[in-house]
Amino acid sequence: MATGYHIVVCGGIVPDPLQTLEPIETPAGPGLKNEMLLPAVLDPWSGHALYEAANLAAHSPGSKVWLVSLGAKAKLQQVMMTIAQKVSFELIAIDGPGSGFTDAHAAAELLAAAIQSIADLDRTRLLLFGGWESASRGAGVTLQLIGARLGIQDQFLGVDQLTSQPDGSFEILERIEGGRHQVSLCQGPPALLGWATGNLPEPRNNPQVGMANMRTVMPALQRAKTSTLAQSALRYQTVRPPQQQRHTRVVKDLTAEGVAQEIVEWIATD
Amino acid sequence: MSAEVPDSTLPSERQQMDVDIACVGFGPAMGGFLTTLLRKMLNPDGTPRFESHSIPGAPLQVICYERAEGLGFGVSGAVTRGRGIRSSFPDLDLSQIPMAVPVKKEELIYLLDPSRASRRSLALRTIDRLIRAFGPLLRLPLQALELPFIPGFLNKHDGFVLSLGQFNQWVAEQLTSSGLLQIWPGTPVSQPLIEDQAVVGIRLADQGTDLSGSPETGFLPGMDIRAALTVVGDGPVGAVGRGIDSHFGLPKGHEHSEWALGMKMVIELREDSGLEPGTVLHTLGFPEPEIFGFLYAHTNRLASVGIFIPSWFRSPVRTAYRYLQHFVMHPYLWRYLKGGTLKSWGAKSLQESGRLAEPYLAGNGFARIGEGSGSTNVLRGSGIDEAWTTGTQLAEAVVELLEQNQPFTQHNLENTYVRRRRASWLEQESLTAAHSRNGFQKGVVRGLLGMALAGFTKGHLALPRHRSSNQNNSSLEDAFAGRISAEDLKRMKTEAASRGLPLHDLIMNRCGWPEIPYDGKLLVSHQDALLMGGSVQAPPGYANHVVFVRPEVCRECEAKLCVEMCSGQAITRGDEGVPQFDREKCIFCGACLWNCSAPAEGAPGNVDFRAGAGGLHSALN
Repeated sequence: MATGYHIVVCGGIVPDPLQTLEPIETPAGPGLKNEMLLPAVLDPWSGHALYEAANLAAHSPGSKVWLVSLGAKAKLQQVMMTIAQKVSFELIAIDGPGSGFTDAHAAAELLAAAIQSIADLDRTRLLLFGGWESASRGAGVTLQLIGARLGIQDQFLGVDQLTSQPDGSFEILERIEGGRHQVSLCQGPPALLGWATGNLPEPRNNPQVGMANMRTVMPALQRAKTSTLAQSALRYQTVRPPQQQRHTRVVKDLTAEGVAQEIVEWIATD
Repeated sequence: MSAEVPDSTLPSERQQMDVDIACVGFGPAMGGFLTTLLRKMLNPDGTPRFESHSIPGAPLQVICYERAEGLGFGVSGAVTRGRGIRSSFPDLDLSQIPMAVPVKKEELIYLLDPSRASRRSLALRTIDRLIRAFGPLLRLPLQALELPFIPGFLNKHDGFVLSLGQFNQWVAEQLTSSGLLQIWPGTPVSQPLIEDQAVVGIRLADQGTDLSGSPETGFLPGMDIRAALTVVGDGPVGAVGRGIDSHFGLPKGHEHSEWALGMKMVIELREDSGLEPGTVLHTLGFPEPEIFGFLYAHTNRLASVGIFIPSWFRSPVRTAYRYLQHFVMHPYLWRYLKGGTLKSWGAKSLQESGRLAEPYLAGNGFARIGEGSGSTNVLRGSGIDEAWTTGTQLAEAVVELLEQNQPFTQHNLENTYVRRRRASWLEQESLTAAHSRNGFQKGVVRGLLGMALAGFTKGHLALPRHRSSNQNNSSLEDAFAGRISAEDLKRMKTEAASRGLPLHDLIMNRCGWPEIPYDGKLLVSHQDALLMGGSVQAPPGYANHVVFVRPEVCRECEAKLCVEMCSGQAITRGDEGVPQFDREKCIFCGACLWNCSAPAEGAPGNVDFRAGAGGLHSALN
């Protein structure tokens, strides 16, 4: 009998949130100014999911990890060079729009189809991982929609911890209000887990992992089909950037209490 | 191949991996090397042309490690004639490279000092008076004189303006998409592996350490990457290049005596700035006579604006950031830049000794390319294309040796790579430029005359060379004699120390430099520039890469130029006189390495600049 899990991580890419992001209107709808110039990163929430998947797989012999990612091929390639040294995975790349201004249903349709096309995927051992939130402009529902399309009924969101029990079941901690967790028991795969931050640090770069991954990553990128999203009725009425986060003002000789008071007033006006 | 997951337990023993060619640093030189090599790695039928010796049966294994978190990290406002780059890409379509544009207009401008706060020699003051006297005739409302011509050795009229970051990214995408070689960012290389006077590979930096380098949870000793050939392109302050220099020394008579810090901003211009893409402005005269500057207009209403602070600028407060702000606000430039927004910012050290600091270009198992190999042409003010060309020359040599199944010995590399380099335009122009900076140690006017002499005579004539005794030892009292009294200086030092302020700001204010009118968009504090100009990254688990070797030397040091010159304000005056280093602010400019006032045996000073991860990452640089 086969053992271990088949873990599919849905991980999108986003422009580096630390860069200046400026929404603009494009002929194709909302977009970001100079988006193709901006460095891309794996969506930080997806990153947590990927590292948790790798950790779970490493402790569950016979497991495999796939990373399914939708985005512009050039950007996907860029991102792979920064994460493929960290953990082992097999990439399923879909060359398509990854702006975040996409209809979650259409994106879920593409991603679910890509997962269904994985030849040696054992759906009885499937754990579908992804980010609970997204640093993109997405609605944050894509993962659940993929799960629905794959018929996965056990769905957990805001997950910080997954513990395998000796009988094959899982204990899952989901975030709830007040910094506490809801503890759930799940009989095992198939299940969907939308990860919060988890508890793992970012893995170290390991050149041997990188060498092994690149035997599959580049062919996967070369094979990646260019896909367009299904026509959607979704229309954006308005798009605006997040509220201004930075106000520079030079004030000399202000006391700590004065600084605190100014900050409180500034927050109150926000 | 499936991704069967190995146990994630990290090895505590040092691991080893064998490849055929290990490359260090991904900049234009490595771009040229890998681009040229890649094109020769397959037969016409698509089969691998060269078999690996490290993994028998596999194709040639080529791997490149880069310290920065991304491959588009380059910090350079770049205008280049692009002869080498065009040679690699004869059908180069600049529209495919974001922010690239052909040079449309080029000017050389002498900037007067509107605030009259800069330190100018009698000769320059006389020149300034003459210019101002004839101002109405010359029509100089903008405090600047557009020089009537640009010497041939300086002009880039047939070249193009680049964002080095975008160019590197463009090159990297083509390279990595081939699947034939690997380039890994975020992976610092700590040192060369040297055995029996041969370089046998490289050692990656340890991970999972505390700031002092001691192992912590998740410790992963840096892997040894053993290779038949190590290609060193880690720039002027790279740990591998300096490690090789330290072990093998430099050729007789060569030394790293001339440096500069280049600092730049990328500015989004207001819509009606009137600055045409492809405009190239070279400036001199302001903010200090020793500081040259530039403005390059890209596409998309973006412009790179920057200055160079040379090591022969004898000021102990040669801070770059505030000078850059004054430069941006000079009336001649401000008419374009006013109303703009800071989009990116960065700084880097430039090895300005050029040919006079050329290391051994090849040895058993290694070859040097790029800026660290002395390729920068200081007469032309050009380095990117030269660096690229060194890479292409090495790749051609490597292919020749692979075809002949010859080992990468010093003899073979000299007969192939070094021979190509010596026979090329690169060498000829490098020799022309070698002594062109000779006059600057004795003053700017003399330096400019020396440049002209070397340039117009193609290097046949040059001023005599005055070795920089120790360019960093000018005291505050000497530097500001006649302008600020010793008592005032002492008071300023005390104030700066007690309030934790940079001394240079106090001194510049005292000298008459106007305060910067912060606007929160373009004129922002130094720390805001770090935040707005990209992202400064310092992944956890690495040791501090700036180390003050002998604390007692720092305690005795009054100038603390390392603090004044630190581009990211990552080095601050610490307790008990020993500077503190904050790696989360370091942008890896390397200025601390050559701005240490303290002499040290076998090193530029008391600062050890080691391999580290992260740094500034801004796509627009």
